[in-house]
Amino acid sequence: MSSYSVTEPSVRQKWAAGTLVVVYALITILPLLWIIATSFKSPSDAIAYPPKTVFQPTLEGYVNLFTTRTRATEQDLKELGEPKTWYDRIVRKDGFIIAGPSRFLERFSNSMIIGFGSTVLCIVLGTAAAYAFSRFKVPLKDDLLFFILSTRMMPPIAVAIPIFLMFRSLGLNDTHAGMILLYTAVNLSLAVWLLKGFIDEIPIEYEEAALIDGYTRFQAFYKVVLPQAMTGIASTAIFCLIFAWNEYAFAVLLTSGTAQTAPPFIPTIIGVGGQDWPAVAAGATLFLVPVMIFTIVLRKHLLRGITFGAVRK
Amino acid sequence: MLDSSAGRAVGETPPVVSKSVSKRRQGVSDRAIAWLFVAPSIFLLLAVNIFPLIWTVRLSFTNFRVNRPNAEVQFVGLKNYISVLTDGDIWQTMQATAHFLIWTIVLQVLIGFALAYLINKKFRGNDLWTTIIVLPMMLSPAVVGNFWTFLYQPQIGLFNYAVGYLTGTDPSAFSMIGDVSLAPWAIVIVDTWMWTPFVMLICLAGLRSIPSSIYEAAECDRASKWRQFWTITIPMVLPFLMLAVLFRGIENFKMFDLVVQLTGGGPGSITELTSINLKREAFEKWRTGYASAYAVILFVTVFGLASIYVKALNKVKQR
Repeated sequence: MSSYSVTEPSVRQKWAAGTLVVVYALITILPLLWIIATSFKSPSDAIAYPPKTVFQPTLEGYVNLFTTRTRATEQDLKELGEPKTWYDRIVRKDGFIIAGPSRFLERFSNSMIIGFGSTVLCIVLGTAAAYAFSRFKVPLKDDLLFFILSTRMMPPIAVAIPIFLMFRSLGLNDTHAGMILLYTAVNLSLAVWLLKGFIDEIPIEYEEAALIDGYTRFQAFYKVVLPQAMTGIASTAIFCLIFAWNEYAFAVLLTSGTAQTAPPFIPTIIGVGGQDWPAVAAGATLFLVPVMIFTIVLRKHLLRGITFGAVRK
Repeated sequence: MLDSSAGRAVGETPPVVSKSVSKRRQGVSDRAIAWLFVAPSIFLLLAVNIFPLIWTVRLSFTNFRVNRPNAEVQFVGLKNYISVLTDGDIWQTMQATAHFLIWTIVLQVLIGFALAYLINKKFRGNDLWTTIIVLPMMLSPAVVGNFWTFLYQPQIGLFNYAVGYLTGTDPSAFSMIGDVSLAPWAIVIVDTWMWTPFVMLICLAGLRSIPSSIYEAAECDRASKWRQFWTITIPMVLPFLMLAVLFRGIENFKMFDLVVQLTGGGPGSITELTSINLKREAFEKWRTGYASAYAVILFVTVFGLASIYVKALNKVKQR
């Protein structure tokens, strides 16, 4: 016999709640599905009225995303002969020829380098600081923690002016190193905050035992504490990575060429005669889908990060 | 989260390793290790966060312009501050920000709490659907904001089509981002779509923290469900809800990426929020000194409002 509980909702309540939530979820995910669908449309299908849900899928958007094209003249066509590859054929159909690769791949790899670089640096610095805050008597500890948190309240544009000047005099403007340092600093406050929470949960007795066994502090830290904090470190890392991946304000102000990341680049994709929406959607799809998959696969570990540590296990 | 009580919210610090044990450890002293571990982080934050802030304060008293590096820099006292505070445009910007801030918070709190309440009914598969609802907030606001301009296109945009389909209006008759009366709502809608899940998650944490024994006791006292909702659920979730409002408030006061991509502050300057306005002053008009004063005023405002709010939050928590 199952015990009756007054707090357990009835079957009817569950059905009603479930239906409402599913309806909301479907509406909320529609714009995201639309991005993916648009990336496989031809430019004319993308701007059709009424909006098309059934269409002939094409990779034209992706080809346009990765290449720059020029309008083909009679002479070009004669010199080049028949199109050789499938992407040549797609471009040729609209009377264009491929002039060269676009900058998308470059911008995308910049996003990867800066994202992963800043995450690694942030985790190394953040774990050390969080451990010290968690285990030792650091003078002015509360003030330091408060100071670390308050750095998040500044609008990025407000600090961007002096950072712009500082980076310019140090030669860090528009460099990977500069952006990695900047994103590390922006993420560090939250990383220390989250990691301290995780390390606080590890019983101190383990380290005491290790110290009695003759470990040094350092050994106790990386042989005892680090393995136990791994889940916490991983979820903090994912959070740092997603922030660096998505960041726009600093990227648009401090980078323009070599170190520009994808978020400021994707909106600037313009086709010939009006915005090339399938190409924009293709860029957005490649940029957003990894994060969506990440979120769904790692959902259990992410929740604490996205709620700034307010949600505890 | 802004004062020392925040440390307690995240968890009590475990006791420092007892004396007898620390005496036996070899190598570097604990004190040295503590500093070694904290120093790099503090150094980086000082260099990239605090030093620029101090520089901003210094610049705010000068007439420096980034695009005229050779011009003589003069100290002008409080002149920049006075011209910021007496500038009519800034008050219009503040109004736009207030409209955005108030409506996004109201909508996100209402929808977010309702969703959390429904999800807490623990229907089958609630975990997966929660994740799907969370998706928008994990994505790049600039990239998503840019794509929303496509959804908002008159006639061909999906949003206009859906509104036309549901209300019978002509989808090409209105432009969410081109119309002065609609643009402020266009940014509220996208921000609500994107960030409601955040409020939802925090509310959900609050709802799950209520022990079921309280409801059982209320049931024994024959309190109605309605009464239980208002005397147990709401007061117990309130601190969480207030925390969510604090985070959303700070974030939306800083709002830049999403709105700059959606409307660029337009049409005219009807959706020009403070950050966009500040960017225009600093990086388009290159009035560095003036923009610095503006930044300092904004920072002091956020900091002041947040501190007052946290005091209120702590009072609610102690109840």
